[in-house]
Amino acid sequence: MNQLLLDYLPIAVFIGVALAIGGALMIAPFLVAYRSPDPEKLSAYECGFNAFDDARMKFDVRFYLVSILFIIFDLEVAFLFPWAVAFKEVGVFGFWSMMVFLGVLTIGFIYEWRKGALEWD
Amino acid sequence: MDSAWSWLDVWQGYVWPLLVMAFWSVLLLTLLLVIIAFLLLLDRKVWAAVQMRRGPNMVGPFGLLQSFADLLKFVLKEPVIPSGADKGVFLLAPLVTAVLALAAWAVIPVSENSWGKWVMSDLNVGILYLFAISSLGVYGVIMGGWASNSKYPFLGSLRSAAQMVSYEVSIGFVIITVLLCVGSLNMTDIVNAQKAGIGTKLGLPNSMLDWYWLPLLPMFVVFFISALAETNRPPFDLVEAESELVAGFMVEYSSTPYLLFMLGEYVAIVTMCALTTILFLGGWLPPFDVAPLNWIPGVFWFIAKVVLVFFMFAMVKAMVPRYRYDQLMRLGWKVFLPLSLLMVVLVAGILQYGVYAQ
Repeated sequence: MNQLLLDYLPIAVFIGVALAIGGALMIAPFLVAYRSPDPEKLSAYECGFNAFDDARMKFDVRFYLVSILFIIFDLEVAFLFPWAVAFKEVGVFGFWSMMVFLGVLTIGFIYEWRKGALEWD
Repeated sequence: MDSAWSWLDVWQGYVWPLLVMAFWSVLLLTLLLVIIAFLLLLDRKVWAAVQMRRGPNMVGPFGLLQSFADLLKFVLKEPVIPSGADKGVFLLAPLVTAVLALAAWAVIPVSENSWGKWVMSDLNVGILYLFAISSLGVYGVIMGGWASNSKYPFLGSLRSAAQMVSYEVSIGFVIITVLLCVGSLNMTDIVNAQKAGIGTKLGLPNSMLDWYWLPLLPMFVVFFISALAETNRPPFDLVEAESELVAGFMVEYSSTPYLLFMLGEYVAIVTMCALTTILFLGGWLPPFDVAPLNWIPGVFWFIAKVVLVFFMFAMVKAMVPRYRYDQLMRLGWKVFLPLSLLMVVLVAGILQYGVYAQ
């Protein structure tokens, strides 16, 4: 087996074993547990009432905004990973180019803060 | 054909290594799950002790078998699938949560000695893999909340997605500061890099003063609190805030699907404890490199540190009141994000121009 396979095959086997354990736990009660379905039991929980309407309702746009912000900053982190690992090799030039990149993103961050994108009330 | 590709080659080249991998996977997962069963009991015992209660003490001596009794109970409970739910996604969600949480342990090194590295796969991008897997954890929650087709799970999963995603960013920046000091993504290298540091300069080589918690103390605190938020632990358990959302995204779950959510949550917590240990507390290194302490095997020190961090998690759960959602978002985006970004710049600047620059 080559090195790539030796590195990644254990992960696949490990996930496979984890999947087997999880699957076995998941199936077990369907095989052994006593079941008596009933329309009341199977209806959605809403503090004892019957459900008023569909649960897939409109939700606050700020959740959407948070996910957009997350994508920006998580990409930033993804860019920082290779830079951090090669920090000693890239030297002064690498250091300052990343500082400029972080500076641009910080300006964006200040802008969205001032615009109130981070407010929750 | 026969000479180049005989059954013996296939056996020695592929089947036998696969069997060995499967054996170690089963062993590691079994040990992990048994340790987590007792950590769960520890969590409940600490919580009880803080509230002057006794906690579970009926099943076995001091309640030691409580978690196993709970497992048996979950398996024998009736699995309820709501009639309005998307049945496939509804059942897939807990499986995704539990399996992804367990998958993180494939790259966590527990010890290193003359036998080699005690890890399933000594991946050269170990911490990146761990970061990716822990980000995927949010899918289980969203799928569970959406597929339930009920209002509380829906609100709970929305909150949870935003919360986990917010603190993911500061965890990423904290990992970057450690990587700047180490210069490698391999988890074993990260631990070995902590053999020399401030303690060595002060004349205590290979001691606990060398570990990264001391030079990166603010990041250690940010990481610990972000880990609480990332794993939906109190005081950040708004996902399942029982006073507002009943049980959050888990409302409609019963029996082992619920168990798998809880299992995934606790495995994720222990993974975060292990990650704290590896990044900041020197992994399996003994606190002082003197005679009786360095005879003890590394795996003991690793487990001891994980349990210590888990104890801190449990104490926080017992003592700190729950955050409000806007406070949580403010802490994540307006405090931790600028702070960790500043620390990345500061650590990089010190490494480039400061006293440690080579």
